[in-house]
Amino acid sequence: MEKKKKLDAKEGQRLLHQMILIRRFEEKSAEEYTKSKIRGFLHLYVGEEAVAVGVIQALTEEDNVLSTYREHGHALARGVDPKAIMAEMYGKLEGCSKGRGGSMHLFDATKNFFGGNAIVSGHLPIAVGMALAAKKQKKNKVTCCFFGDGAAAEGEFHESMNLSALWQVPVLFVCENNLYAMGTAIRFTHSVQQLEKKGPAYGIESAAVDGMDLLAVMEAAEKAVKMIRETGKPYYLVCNTYRFRAHSMFDAELYREKSEVEEWKKKDPIPKFQDFLLKENLISAGQIAEIETAVEEEIRKAIAFGEDGTWEETGDLTRFVYSETQSI
Amino acid sequence: MSDLIKITYREAIKQAILESMQKDDRVFLMGEDVGNYGGAFAVSKGLLKEFGPDRIMDVPLSESGFTGAGIGAALAGMRPIVEVMTVNFSLLAMDQIFNNAATLLHMSGGQLNVPIVIRMGCGIGRQLAAQHSHSWEPFFAHVPGLIVLSAGTHEDARGMLLSALQSPDPVIIFEYTAMLNLEKEIPSDSGAVEITKAKVHREGKDISLITYGAGVYKCMEAAVSLAAEGIDAEVIDLRVLRPMDEETFLASVRKTHRALVVEEAWKSVSISSEVVSRIMEKAFFDLDAPVERLCGVEVPIPYPKHLEDASVPQVMDIVDKVKKMLRP
Repeated sequence: MEKKKKLDAKEGQRLLHQMILIRRFEEKSAEEYTKSKIRGFLHLYVGEEAVAVGVIQALTEEDNVLSTYREHGHALARGVDPKAIMAEMYGKLEGCSKGRGGSMHLFDATKNFFGGNAIVSGHLPIAVGMALAAKKQKKNKVTCCFFGDGAAAEGEFHESMNLSALWQVPVLFVCENNLYAMGTAIRFTHSVQQLEKKGPAYGIESAAVDGMDLLAVMEAAEKAVKMIRETGKPYYLVCNTYRFRAHSMFDAELYREKSEVEEWKKKDPIPKFQDFLLKENLISAGQIAEIETAVEEEIRKAIAFGEDGTWEETGDLTRFVYSETQSI
Repeated sequence: MSDLIKITYREAIKQAILESMQKDDRVFLMGEDVGNYGGAFAVSKGLLKEFGPDRIMDVPLSESGFTGAGIGAALAGMRPIVEVMTVNFSLLAMDQIFNNAATLLHMSGGQLNVPIVIRMGCGIGRQLAAQHSHSWEPFFAHVPGLIVLSAGTHEDARGMLLSALQSPDPVIIFEYTAMLNLEKEIPSDSGAVEITKAKVHREGKDISLITYGAGVYKCMEAAVSLAAEGIDAEVIDLRVLRPMDEETFLASVRKTHRALVVEEAWKSVSISSEVVSRIMEKAFFDLDAPVERLCGVEVPIPYPKHLEDASVPQVMDIVDKVKKMLRP
């Protein structure tokens, strides 16, 4: 693979760090949830790390990223401060959405990270509109929109695909196909289960990739982003992946066999990438241990930051319903 | 004092679109048939030639898709005017309007503004039956985060759009299709109007007629008939259905001590329900008689003219009702 050749040690280690950060952050979030520090719905990204990390590394800081309610991984890969994310889940004022959103609504305008959108497929039209604006403004800006296999059954998915192709706007649709729309398997939700086939019907160049393989995702995403920048046209990338944990913390996982989960865990993207780095002499066992230690410290700080955060005054309850300044 | 010019309601809206697009490059119009067809109700006729297809955008029948795209474009610095052909079709875009436009500022802790203007035709009186003619302002007025305007006069049809485009928050403007051909006089220099306050169109001392939308001219006409019979009615146009300006109608009720609320929307859970509640809460002891209401009959709007007319309050119904209230 061409990708394997050009990846240098520093970049490889950075990407591994991101994946491990996401994995440990999610595990810690689950723990905090059981301690009732985090409430509401909590959707974990464990198992799908290669998708967010592989796609987002292909973008520039100017590009836009929109995600779903399972977006901690995307926010972290985008560089949103883990402390601000944890504080958000704690519901504190120091959170990246001032505590108003929680786990499902992480926003950071300074990182061009636009959610944290919890209506399945509701953010796809928005992504198309942001790409349309970039086209009108003649900006070299790709809008990257993550969603799941469940979203691809919604009307808004189809409307968005059609609009993006009609208008020829620079949007990257990334479908994270984890095979379940909440607890309903894809065979019960899609008449055509190779989701990448839905792109060409709208004249959109499409591809599917093994979402458990970071290098494969990187290569596919870089190809897609390159095409979008060159042509200004939309691209549809399906990353076939799997979530190792339940849909949310309320899910008893009655809809899938434990053996199926165990099979997929054999494809865990983190050891796979780690082994690659080791084999290519891009990292040492000691350096991996250092990453683990550094991540542990980052998460400890994030938790402390959340704990120490401030509860917003109840008197400020109705802030941000309307803008506080009339000029923007 | 500037000269008065005669203008149709349709022309007033068109002039507003034209002026706002000339003034601000960020403004563009998108909607079904707004370009080549000239607007389903001929409001945007000729504008495609003037501004070209990038600024007068015909869109496919994808209400959710293009409304969401408008939201995305607004987030990214544009000033979209989205035209939804009729309020009935807007239900297909309700997810975008309620779940996205109305929430993003709040969910993001004040980071994201959505300066979109959504115009939609509504109202009763052209024999368009149950899927093309309704007065559904109350649905939208229910939602915090939206600014909901009702253009009940030609001056507002001309001026509300100009003001709405200055708002950092999402604005819904209701236009009344039954009034499109109606000609009225407005000042030739009529421009942007205040969009936070109700308006007293006619001062009077005997009773307050509180209304909006298609009820405004009807109440004005009723007031003229009532004056001939010695009854001096004050006519208040609510104009801003959210956030509602209660001070104007409360002041009126405190002066006249009687109120009749007139609207074309269904009576239950309506704008009039809200107005009456606020009068009860804040001006009860100023009343000389119970507040009354004339509203739409609770039926899907029927096709035959005589039944359609019977579905909403007419001028004579208002006159009769007021006489009964004042001279029982």
